[in-house]
Amino acid sequence: MAIEVRNVSKSFGPTPVLEDVSVDVAAGSLTALLGPSGGGKSTLLRIIAGLEYPDAGHVIISGRDATALAPQRRNVGFVFQHYAAFKHMSVFDNVAFGLQIRKRPKAEIRRRVAELLELVHLEQLANRFPSQLSGGQRQRMALARALAVEPEVLLLDEPFGALDAQVRKELRTWLRRLHDEVHVTTVFVTHDQEEAIEVADTIVVLAGGRVEQAGSPHELYEHPANPFVMSFLGPVTRIDGRLVRPHDLDVLPGPERDSIPATVTRITRLGFEVRLEVSVDGSDAWAQVTRGRADALDLEPGGTVHIRVHPAARTLAAETLAAV
Amino acid sequence: MAVTVQTPPAVTSAGGARKRRAPTVLGVGTSLIYLSLIVLIPLAAVVWRSAEEGPRYFFDAVTTPDAWAALKLTIVASVWVALINLVLGTLIAWVLVRDDFPGKSIVDMLIDLPFALPTIVAGLVLLALYGPNSPVHVDLAYGRAGVVVALLFVTLPFVVRTVQPVLLELDREMEQAAASLGASPFVIFRRIILPNLVPAMVSGTALAFTRSIAEFGSTVLISGNLPFKTQVAAVYIFGQIESDNTTGAAAVATVLLAVALAVLVMLDLVQRWGWPPWLSAV
Amino acid sequence: MGVAAVAERGVTRYALRSVALAYLTVLLIVPVGLIVWRTFGAGLGPFWDALSAPSALHALRVTVVVAAWAVALNTVFGVGTAILLVRHDFPGRRLLNALVDLPMAVSPVVVGLALILVYGRFAPAGGWLEAIGIQVIFSVPGMVLATVFISLPLVVRAVAPVLEELGEEQEQAARTLGAGSWQTFRRITLPGIRWALGYGVVLCLARALGEYGAVAVVSGRLVDQTQTLTLFVEERFQNFDQPAAFAASTALALLAIVTLLLTKLLRSKDR
Repeated sequence: MAIEVRNVSKSFGPTPVLEDVSVDVAAGSLTALLGPSGGGKSTLLRIIAGLEYPDAGHVIISGRDATALAPQRRNVGFVFQHYAAFKHMSVFDNVAFGLQIRKRPKAEIRRRVAELLELVHLEQLANRFPSQLSGGQRQRMALARALAVEPEVLLLDEPFGALDAQVRKELRTWLRRLHDEVHVTTVFVTHDQEEAIEVADTIVVLAGGRVEQAGSPHELYEHPANPFVMSFLGPVTRIDGRLVRPHDLDVLPGPERDSIPATVTRITRLGFEVRLEVSVDGSDAWAQVTRGRADALDLEPGGTVHIRVHPAARTLAAETLAAV
Repeated sequence: MAVTVQTPPAVTSAGGARKRRAPTVLGVGTSLIYLSLIVLIPLAAVVWRSAEEGPRYFFDAVTTPDAWAALKLTIVASVWVALINLVLGTLIAWVLVRDDFPGKSIVDMLIDLPFALPTIVAGLVLLALYGPNSPVHVDLAYGRAGVVVALLFVTLPFVVRTVQPVLLELDREMEQAAASLGASPFVIFRRIILPNLVPAMVSGTALAFTRSIAEFGSTVLISGNLPFKTQVAAVYIFGQIESDNTTGAAAVATVLLAVALAVLVMLDLVQRWGWPPWLSAV
Repeated sequence: MGVAAVAERGVTRYALRSVALAYLTVLLIVPVGLIVWRTFGAGLGPFWDALSAPSALHALRVTVVVAAWAVALNTVFGVGTAILLVRHDFPGRRLLNALVDLPMAVSPVVVGLALILVYGRFAPAGGWLEAIGIQVIFSVPGMVLATVFISLPLVVRAVAPVLEELGEEQEQAARTLGAGSWQTFRRITLPGIRWALGYGVVLCLARALGEYGAVAVVSGRLVDQTQTLTLFVEERFQNFDQPAAFAASTALALLAIVTLLLTKLLRSKDR
């Protein structure tokens, strides 16, 4: 294990932000801390980095208890949401900073910085200043800067949160590829479930200061531990007191075993998929069907269909969702 | 109180091209007339008067023993005062922003007192405290030390108040990033914080300097106005006016104006054209 | 939030704090404490007596009159010029901007000299004014001019940034709804800048009440005629009337502290 978080708790004043949180991060993995805003993910990340200290619990990095260590001594790289670029230094100097304070020889620094700038595709901009770069470029610089000192662990705090949607998507893919090349244990914080599913090997869902579930994206999607995780990762709809994935609902023309009648309220065609909104016993739900199926059923608003939860589908009892 | 002496124009065009309307002639005219009648013409009269009798007279007026001594004392003392303020002002700003102790907000408010207090009152108080009847048995009256203390008092807020807001706005995450990269607190201060403070520090110091060379009221009492010893330029000028030697007074006044102008222009240039890059590699 | 990355070890922190506080105590706190103690040391009685002497009251009156005029003039000028600089563009705007700051760099004594050279009895403008019955130098008008000079930038500099921040849109909206220039100013602009204006006026007033050097030159320091409270302090001190000098000083110092509190209040309202 590269990082072990054991029973960490943290409060800011009277407000508890993390309650008895334990997380394992495998070496070389790319882990996402996912959850709604205020759920404690950033705080946990900062505790791992040493930018915050926990009220209780331990942080073990590469086998050493790092709980009381200053950030300088932990050998972790940290990338901030708003880049934290050294605005009075050029891109080159930013990336070289960690090496300069370790008093490496100039030639070595130059070589390494050039390597890294190439890695992040900023070679042309080495002499520019952060204020002259776009947000995406600044974040790539911040990453190169963090990687320069060869940290054991790389931590990213909502790294793409301040960027445009388009840039965000590009950098997401780019981060995945970077990780495949560099293989540093990486943990990043996000509130965007799509991002987590696309990029990470492992997802840890944190809400209300607690770990709701940890596992691969597939696991979390197919076998959510509770309604919160189910709703957070992927679409859900509610049928007959149970939460189910809309694409797990079979839409049938006539009544069959275990099916419920429903009235079609709205049909939205989204290219290949069709979103079918229905009313069942007075409450609303929706099903996702393919275009072909929709055509075959000849649906119309106001018409009646029969809904059945697919036998092999995983559903959860829809208890009241904890307010997070 | 804000340091109202801002050399960078408060009206920046950094907000991007903003369409401004043309003003009324009445508006601009009135402003200009007001400024001219009260500020421009009188100041021009000073320079004019100093040059009226020719450059030779000007030179003589400025280089008489007491005039020269006064100017020298003023400039040298002001340089010292500026440097002390540079160091201590920054230190005080640091403590006010980064430290916490009981009574901090009162101290913070008191920093502005030299701005608000009449200079003569400051002079009287300093004389009472550090003069012949000093309750703490420290007598600085009639000496240069007394003059310096008076000047330090009136210039106290300048560096503090220019550095403080910059420190407050400083992106703490830069420091945290540097820490995560392995920099010790000292390195962080030297390579991350200080370079970002230098413009404010220099600006505040320049303002303190220009204020110091102009100072009159606070030095009048504690210095005893001993020519050659403790008489500052402003006091010399005052004496010349009282003796009806307005040309001599105007000459020394022009020198003071020129020095102040030079400092402010230099400051403006540096702020406009950017700081020399070597400042950030300190 | 977060660990101060420059988490100074205890020693550094206390060292810095001690130096700062020691310097401030010696330079600022003790002197201020002293004056209050010295004055009220003998009780409130002598304080009131000294301040209610005819000369003192007269000095107070002169001070208030001069300050009131100066503040009124600079407020009007200040608001007008701020609007001019922020809302309009014209050749020489940068120059005007720099000129507004000019008074800050001028020694008070030089201010007095400058005004004497133009408005003194033997100067062209002064002579003409004297001929039509207006004495400027050695009289209240001159003192008003001097006070206006030294406090000129204060209202402008307080109002301009706020005007900039407010933006023109509200004013433009008012105009599209049919408001004339004066109406727009009175109903939209003025309320928008009111705290900053208050702050600038208080600063200007404090500066005006406390001015010494410039009025010393321009007034001729004629006791019971052109003596302001600050001139009173100096004159009483030179005449070995320490109680009166200290009493007036304390009054001025208390005024200064009230000013500080007011500006702090007004600035927080502005946020």
